Amino acid sequence: MATMTMIKAINDAMRVEMERDERVLVMGEDVGVNGGVFRATEGLYQQFGENRVFDTPLAESGIIGTAVALAATGFRPVAEIQFSGFVYETMDQICSQAARLRFRSGGRFNVPLVIRSPYGGGVKTPEMHSDSLEALFVHQPGLKVVIPSTPYDAKGLLISAMRDPDPVLFFEPMRLYRSVKQEVPEGEYTVPIGKANVVKEGNDVTLIAWGAMVPMAQKAAEQAEQERGISAEVIDLRTLAPMDMETILSSVEKTGRVVVVHEAVGTAGVGAEIIARINEEAILSLEAPVLRVTGFDTPYPISSLEDEWLPSVARIRTAIDKVLDF
Amino acid sequence: MIVAELKQEFETLQILNPDGEINEGQEPPELSDEELKDLYRWMYGLRVFDQRAIKLNRQGRLGFYAPMAGQEACQIGSVAALNKDDFFFPSYRDMGAAMYHGLPMEQVFLYSRGQKGSGQIPEGVNMFPPQIIIAAHVLHAAGAAWGFNLKGEKKVAIALFGDGATSQGDFHEGLNFAAVYNAPAIFFVQNNHYAISVPLEKQMKSKTIAQKAVAYDIHGVRIDGNDIFAVYKAVKEAADRGRNGEGPTLIEAVTYRLGPHTMAGDDPARYRKKEEETDWEKREPIRRFRKYLQNKGLWSEEWEKQIEQEMLDQIAETIKKVEKMDKGQITDLFEYVYTDMTPDLKKQKEAYLRWKEETK
Repeated sequence: MATMTMIKAINDAMRVEMERDERVLVMGEDVGVNGGVFRATEGLYQQFGENRVFDTPLAESGIIGTAVALAATGFRPVAEIQFSGFVYETMDQICSQAARLRFRSGGRFNVPLVIRSPYGGGVKTPEMHSDSLEALFVHQPGLKVVIPSTPYDAKGLLISAMRDPDPVLFFEPMRLYRSVKQEVPEGEYTVPIGKANVVKEGNDVTLIAWGAMVPMAQKAAEQAEQERGISAEVIDLRTLAPMDMETILSSVEKTGRVVVVHEAVGTAGVGAEIIARINEEAILSLEAPVLRVTGFDTPYPISSLEDEWLPSVARIRTAIDKVLDF
Repeated sequence: MIVAELKQEFETLQILNPDGEINEGQEPPELSDEELKDLYRWMYGLRVFDQRAIKLNRQGRLGFYAPMAGQEACQIGSVAALNKDDFFFPSYRDMGAAMYHGLPMEQVFLYSRGQKGSGQIPEGVNMFPPQIIIAAHVLHAAGAAWGFNLKGEKKVAIALFGDGATSQGDFHEGLNFAAVYNAPAIFFVQNNHYAISVPLEKQMKSKTIAQKAVAYDIHGVRIDGNDIFAVYKAVKEAADRGRNGEGPTLIEAVTYRLGPHTMAGDDPARYRKKEEETDWEKREPIRRFRKYLQNKGLWSEEWEKQIEQEMLDQIAETIKKVEKMDKGQITDLFEYVYTDMTPDLKKQKEAYLRWKEETK
């Protein structure tokens, strides 16, 4: 065991897999000599050399487009998009090419590609760095979407993503990169893709969150317990596609009350999908409507307003009261 | 001054002129009589294929189809100079090249008809399914070629696309990546002067497409795309350069599609002058190659009839076979989205089957 931040755990995951599997390539803007703008790839270039770790030209479509073909012809690329807001530059290569090649070719070609990208608010970035765009990819058949919230999960999920035969979007909450340290096993281990984690058990209300919203939901749950004596269950979804409905439904059936929390804007966000599924499969268990606490339907705000814009413990707390008092 | 230099550098290479003669100072590629005849068999066969495919489309027996007539030298020459283990990235108009590279005709028809197995490239045929998103596959060729370098394999990757594709960002990114990584990619532009109805001068102000190679400091050539020898030579040299570690090549093959853009209602009479079409018909690739072979005593009318008959027989047999094949079920679709079907897809598939059963 070693104590690691999330960024270190992510770095460790890539190192472990690169040592194990020589097909793994790391590519992106500034991932080589520089070790990444967040140091996620630090030391990999020095350890594995220029034939495994590539600084690419500054062109997102180029990064993913070349990675698609590398993946389909025998490599296992881990491509970095420097900030998730830049992902629009390569939407075609992700959603029309990577996501669909297996389907289009009737299984002849696989795309074992991981796309890593820092995302999420709370660190006062300039424009178009912090947007939460996961819903765009959850909406695209053929992709898997993973978002860790702890160093342990980050390493285990990233190793799983790198071993997955299909394309995985791996969004890393910037705000959590260095905010917590955790005991993380050395060497290889996996956390399964498609499995949520009940980070806190409870009986009265279910909070569903991912990424940087998980610690927020946990704090809101603790407050609600102290102030109202209720017990809240907190689910860290971890994988958004495919979604672990089993864990969600068994919690909903137990508590009958649900609040979904995400940073992304509300309309047609992943929260809407979760609520629709709960409606379809567990309406009779519900004691109250399922509420969402999300970003507002505006572009990501100027940094001086982001703390107000992002779901806060206080807003989550209010939503918990609403579903309890319905 | 620079423009003047470019003009010099990117003169159009023509070996076999429209009269079927070798231009002065040029040499045809070193090909045996049998190889020459094989090229002609493919090119003429493709012309027959195209005419028949258009008819089958009109009869509703084929679906999506992008005619190739006029571009046979590009279609066959581009892949004839390569090996079967080189990797081919076609656009939707490149079914001729795909068949030469090993894609069974059956597969071409399945794709056109949108039938089960559509796009299912057989093992051992080294190509991606035809690319619909213009220029997306320029990057794939760059990526695959880069991979050959990493693996130390002496293979090349070739992407075929049209003049319109050169306006796309992915065209630029693809050439740029291949240049930076010195990847053995061949970017083969079939400049047929029109992207549907939009003429080349509305795509770009540059005099040639080949000159765009200058921006990447890669090798660029402009050739007569209706001259099978020029196409063959350019691709052969590009492949040799790639295999020798000399990086990518941009080839601009100047050609002309004799038919419409696709069979989905495009009418070239709306945007092309009749005189222009007649003029290009005189320069089309098969006529001149036929003359060349005739002069060498390698062509006869009888032989051509035989090629035609063989192609028509193969088409008839294949279309009949394909029409009898499984059209596919909704449930098939679930199989290929992921390597392991997700719980959601399993559920949707089961729910659909239950619904089918209940509403029978």
